[in-house]
Amino acid sequence: MNLTLGTLLPTNESPSLPAIQTATRQPVTLTVNGVKTELQLAPWTSLLDALREYMHLTGTKKGCDHGQCGACTVLVNNKRINACLTLAIMQEDTQITTIEGLSSLDQTSSSSKLHPLQRAFIDHDAFQCGYCTPGQICSAVGLLNEGHAKTADDVRELMSGNICRCGAYPGIVAAITSVMDSQPTTV
Amino acid sequence: MNSFTYARASGITQAVVERSAKTDAAFIAGGTNLLDLMKENVARPTHLIDINHLPLTTITSIESGGLRLGALVTNADTAYHQQVTQRYPLLSQAILAGASAQLRNMATDGGNLMQRTRCYYFYDTATPCNKREPGSGCSAITGFNRIHAILGTYAQDQQVYCIATHPSDMCVALAALEAVVRVTGPDGDRTIPLAEFHRLPGDTPHLDNVLQDGELITAIDLPADGFPDHYAYLKLRDRSSYAFALVSVAAALDIQDGQIKDARIALGGVAHRPWRRPDLEATLTEKAPNKTVFQYVADAMLEGAQGFGHNTFKIELAKRAIVRALLQATNRPSAV
Ligand SMILES: Cc1cc2nc3c(=O)[nH]c(=O)nc-3n(C[C@H](O)[C@H](O)[C@H](O)COP(=O)(O)OP(=O)(O)OC[C@H]3O[C@@H](n4cnc5c(N)ncnc54)[C@H](O)[C@@H]3O)c2cc1C
Ligand code: SF4
Ligand code: FES
Ligand code: FES
Repeated sequence: MNLTLGTLLPTNESPSLPAIQTATRQPVTLTVNGVKTELQLAPWTSLLDALREYMHLTGTKKGCDHGQCGACTVLVNNKRINACLTLAIMQEDTQITTIEGLSSLDQTSSSSKLHPLQRAFIDHDAFQCGYCTPGQICSAVGLLNEGHAKTADDVRELMSGNICRCGAYPGIVAAITSVMDSQPTTV
Repeated sequence: MNSFTYARASGITQAVVERSAKTDAAFIAGGTNLLDLMKENVARPTHLIDINHLPLTTITSIESGGLRLGALVTNADTAYHQQVTQRYPLLSQAILAGASAQLRNMATDGGNLMQRTRCYYFYDTATPCNKREPGSGCSAITGFNRIHAILGTYAQDQQVYCIATHPSDMCVALAALEAVVRVTGPDGDRTIPLAEFHRLPGDTPHLDNVLQDGELITAIDLPADGFPDHYAYLKLRDRSSYAFALVSVAAALDIQDGQIKDARIALGGVAHRPWRRPDLEATLTEKAPNKTVFQYVADAMLEGAQGFGHNTFKIELAKRAIVRALLQATNRPSAV
């Protein structure tokens, strides 16, 4: 593959984009982590590419780009989906949450406060290289929202859409079940 | 991916008109199959019509006593819907055996019916494939065919043109339940029994199903009887989750006073469409459910099956899966 700096870092104004792409770009408004942003995108831009390449929210990862790994998992209207298999232009009326939007501002210390699942992933050593982790955590948030998992086996089955190349699964399951057990109202 | 224009359909009629106006246009629902194929240049629509805003997103009761699943209800919302889990647990189980939680949140019921085969050569534009490029040949017959079909592969001229399988789990349960597909198109509305919706490949494997160009699936109707007491969806695959079926069986039994009153057996992963043999299912009626009668039906269902090398194991696997699924269905404690 021929990767030039231009294709790696296309910004809204990038002069290095091929002319055809610039010509067919159109305004697309996305609401990501509560913030509305108008982008200029070609219709074929996936939500994943829009987040990473045009909004520079690189927490969401691209593993396979074909729905087979879960690295790109984000929440759309609080439901977990694969950002690689939807077009940005299809998500104009939705609320998108990425890993960058999970932590909140701690008013007292004015530092950012991790989401309980982020905290649990650290506490349970639930990653090694960390590449799958943003997808795992967003997926786990979706899992808790859905409320169908009752046991560790349920967690394993309902988290099967997130592959971990490092095999950090025991820690991942432990992290998720710990949060599940501490929030009985959400399960 | 090739370039395309995009439009959001605001009404059903408008969507159909817009689709019929352009031969290279495609509807997009969840996008989980279409975008995947577009990234591989297997699908190359020049215009996408986003149907997600059409009012086809509800599950409603219908006069027959059955249930109507809107074409745009997601697979997840279908599988977890209270009416589905209680009255059609076989369907719920089959859907949840497929894909991943993320994909099921995106995939729609209409799109699931329309998903294309996972044959590796179909996905690889560098290889001959009669489904992708009619007349180019079939790479799977003499190639790697572990995931391919063992039944219904011969065309009328006794040649084999394609050994692809239909990959859906949901459709296997829908076949067993005798669901009906509702469509609308340039020539009006019609209904298609699920058993007749998907085709055998014959000598025209580029056609997966009988939907006509421009037709839109609006809903899937489930009959009143969902076999909630004795059912099983058994899916055998290379890993225990997030993998397509090598062989799957949707089994549903109506057992009264120790005798089978009605039996349904649909197979997935073995043919170009969910595979049923109502004539053999009928041999189970008035019989006591036991391994002997199940084994007889299993053997008969696979009579004439042909493997192509890597997939020959599926013949024995399917027989054993049928027997096991029927035993599971028999022994399932009645729903309370
Ligand atoms: C990694 C992966 C694993 C998977 N595993 C499984 C599995 O184990 N079991 C399984 O069953 N499935 C599996 N799937 C497939 C998944 O279920 C399908 O991709 C999904 O159901 C397609 O629905 P969609 O709404 O996303 O369709 P889209 O991708 O939007 O559309 C698919 C096709 O249907 C057409 N279409 C969509 N809606 C309509 C309509 N209402 N009327 C007419 N045409 C329409 C589109 O034009 C397109 O041609 C898997 C998919 C992936 C990516
Ligand atoms: S089995 Fe069908 S889809 Fe696969 S290569 Fe042969 S013709 Fe193509
Ligand atoms: S990048 Fe989307 S599932 Fe792998
Ligand atoms: S931590 Fe490395 S892939 Fe999961």
